[in-house]
Amino acid sequence: MRGDQGFPVRIRFAKRGKVRFISHRDVARAFERAFRIETLPLAFTEGFSPRPKVSFGLALSVGHESDAEYLDVELTQSVDTDNLSNRLTAALPEGMPATGAARLIERAPALQESITEVQFRVEAIDGLGRPVPEAVLRTAASSALACDELCVTRTRKGKESVDDLRPSLRHIEIAHDGDTPVFELTLLTQPRGARPREVLDALDSFVGVGLTEHRVTRTSQWIERGGARLEPLAADAFAPVLETSAA
Amino acid sequence: MSNLWPRVEPLLARVEKPARYIGMERGSLRPEHRPSSTSWLLVYPDTYEIGLPNQGLQILYEILNERDDALAERAYAPWVDMNAEMRAAGVPLFSVDTHHDAGAFDVLAFGLAAELVYTNVLECLDLAGVPVRAEQRRPEHPLVIVGGHCAFNPEPMADFVDAFVIGDGEEAVGEITEVVGAWKRSGRTAREGVLRELATIPGVYVPSMYEVSYDGPFIAEVQPRFADVPERVDKRTVADLGEWPYPKRQLVPLIEVVHDRLNVEVFRGCTRGCRFCQAGMITRPVRERPADQVRTMVRDGLRRTGYDEVALTSLSTADFSGIDGLVAGLVNEQEGCGNVGLSLPSLRVDAFTVGIASEIQKIRRTGLTFAPEGGTWRVRQVINKLITDDDLYAAVDGAYSQGWQRVKLYFLIGVPTEMDEDTLGIARLAREVVKIGRGYTKKASCTASVGGFVPKAHTPFQWFGQNPVLELHRKVGMLRDDLRRSGATIRWHDPAATYAEGIASRGDRRIGRVIERVWRAGGTFQEWSERFQLDRWLDAMAAEGLDPDWYVTRHRTDDEILPWDHIAAGLHRDFLWDDWQAALREHGLPDCRWTPCYDCGVCTDYALEHVVASAVPPAGGSQGTGQGLGFGREAISVPVELITR
Repeated sequence: MRGDQGFPVRIRFAKRGKVRFISHRDVARAFERAFRIETLPLAFTEGFSPRPKVSFGLALSVGHESDAEYLDVELTQSVDTDNLSNRLTAALPEGMPATGAARLIERAPALQESITEVQFRVEAIDGLGRPVPEAVLRTAASSALACDELCVTRTRKGKESVDDLRPSLRHIEIAHDGDTPVFELTLLTQPRGARPREVLDALDSFVGVGLTEHRVTRTSQWIERGGARLEPLAADAFAPVLETSAA
Repeated sequence: MSNLWPRVEPLLARVEKPARYIGMERGSLRPEHRPSSTSWLLVYPDTYEIGLPNQGLQILYEILNERDDALAERAYAPWVDMNAEMRAAGVPLFSVDTHHDAGAFDVLAFGLAAELVYTNVLECLDLAGVPVRAEQRRPEHPLVIVGGHCAFNPEPMADFVDAFVIGDGEEAVGEITEVVGAWKRSGRTAREGVLRELATIPGVYVPSMYEVSYDGPFIAEVQPRFADVPERVDKRTVADLGEWPYPKRQLVPLIEVVHDRLNVEVFRGCTRGCRFCQAGMITRPVRERPADQVRTMVRDGLRRTGYDEVALTSLSTADFSGIDGLVAGLVNEQEGCGNVGLSLPSLRVDAFTVGIASEIQKIRRTGLTFAPEGGTWRVRQVINKLITDDDLYAAVDGAYSQGWQRVKLYFLIGVPTEMDEDTLGIARLAREVVKIGRGYTKKASCTASVGGFVPKAHTPFQWFGQNPVLELHRKVGMLRDDLRRSGATIRWHDPAATYAEGIASRGDRRIGRVIERVWRAGGTFQEWSERFQLDRWLDAMAAEGLDPDWYVTRHRTDDEILPWDHIAAGLHRDFLWDDWQAALREHGLPDCRWTPCYDCGVCTDYALEHVVASAVPPAGGSQGTGQGLGFGREAISVPVELITR
């Protein structure tokens, strides 16, 4: 979908606070409006119903926060990518700031296929809504990592299937958010990703406390290519990206 | 602490569309609550998606927040799932702007556009911890105020509402703010004092200040209880729309809502004179916004919101003076800056209109909607929707020939004097429309959308007995049979819901107890078919000893005191009665914008005038303009009343 003469840009943004309750589609519409408010020179698709050429990365579940979401947009003219984030942040909903932008090389691979790894910080509660002791989290994590197989039943598109999550689970660590112990999940997305809730279901089979998501934040996404682990803004950048803070 | 967000947030993980409850729309405000400000909570008693775009609410939201002595926030009826979560957790109704406790506002103001949401008002009040009956409220409770078209028959809601605002609210909300502010400063003593003070504001109706007496089922008298309370409450009218360029900061929701686009009101009022149309009767006279202001509002609005579509709204936008020039100008201005669409809701049925539509929809021509309302010319003269079959065919031919493939037609069934021939005329028109379309494309389709007619207050049909449920079902069945394998499809509104609407539409104060019973039995969101059961309404009527047919299907006579007779839309009762009689004689009455005055009463009594830039009717259509109605006879030079038989 990338044009030959265009100016493709990758944008990183966050989603925090109340705005985490809007859907992936709503995020797309918010960006389209922000592009128009800032009168960016958008490239449009051909046909009966021209749409801006925008493509998003992996969808984030409604209710999850994120420090690192990405989208690619095709422009018809060059723009100053250094102040693009500030311009967009002013036009985007509160809690959804753009935190970085980079011009891409022509015909960069699409985000959806490029992202290989994502990290989530998950604060879990038990089945009764209470905090879960750190020792329980540690037991669940080490037991899961020690297994070769982690089968869960999941429903997708109305069909139930039993899937092994273990290949998607690269690593689990226990970290602290203030005083609260949290899981840090590192998940592989290819060929098929796992959701934090599904991972908690699998983890709960070792501790049986009814592990439930309380607060979930996607903390980073990565593109692994030729043995290197690249931040998506840097992966296909037209020029080296000076990393600004993602937080 | 009245910020309820920490208690609302945990509920949102368990409900559908949680973003309904977060606010944060572009254009929204987070006003600071100060003791010196009168705080208004503007409530739209339906889902967020339906309520958010409401222009009346958004206009008042801005006007109130611009005042130093007032602030306004918004709330919408929580959907059933959220309502259950809130009740289980003991969370009251809250504003979406700052998640402030609804019960802590000075004023709860509801906008009512349709009768079937009445039970939702009770639900919202109860959820806010406010007694639903006005008489049970104490000084610490908010004042409950209602506006919108439904306020023109306030009586069914009289038990629950402290004050109604009749007509345009732009000016009245300021006057109410001052009265409520003074009451607050004086220490919020008994409610009776502030209510009596409110009753002296023009356009404000305080039902508790009036005594209704009955003679059997009939109303004998409606008497003010005090000498300083007016016998009749006249509507408020903003004389010059140009002085009110609102909304200036239209809200941009984060989730998809109905009418999800920039909306610019190009005029208010309509004098087409369709006799079934309450909006056209109660919003007179026509007040156009200056074309330059429309252009500015479109330009600024698009720039501020990032919307890619703008609608020019009114009751009949093709009637706006110089609409073709305005549209051409807007289309050209938008060109090159990214595919902005323009839409004109409420299109007139004629070729001129299609010309404008084709100017606009240069790219995507999928569907076009017309509202001929009646199946035959005869019945269209009765309802005063003065378009001929040929007008419709010309419009439809224009549409299909210029690339549209789907035509949707709106019709009413159950209108006065309707005979089966008229009902079947709907099928005849739909079939003919398909035939015209197939001449251009095999894909041509036509949908006839059929709604049962509910007579409304302050219209010439206010005396007409609505069709019973079975009769509407019979007519729908007849149309379905007739349109089988015709290429045209028919959709219809549930006749049972139409009947319930009829109970509330022309009800009196006794209907309040019925509404309360329906609500107590769980009947909220009644305009949602999956939540509606007519039996709830019939059971409630029976429990109150009221005969529903007396309210719904009975014809009223000239000498009957109607429940809304002490509320004035400016229309003389004689004018309405004469127009009703003219309807029965099948006499059409053209638009008074471009013809001599019929003295309906509005302009003369209220010292108002039409604000119309063009002294001549728009080209190309016969509807109500007096053109082409002669049918081969002499053209009528002063068509005050057209006699066609």
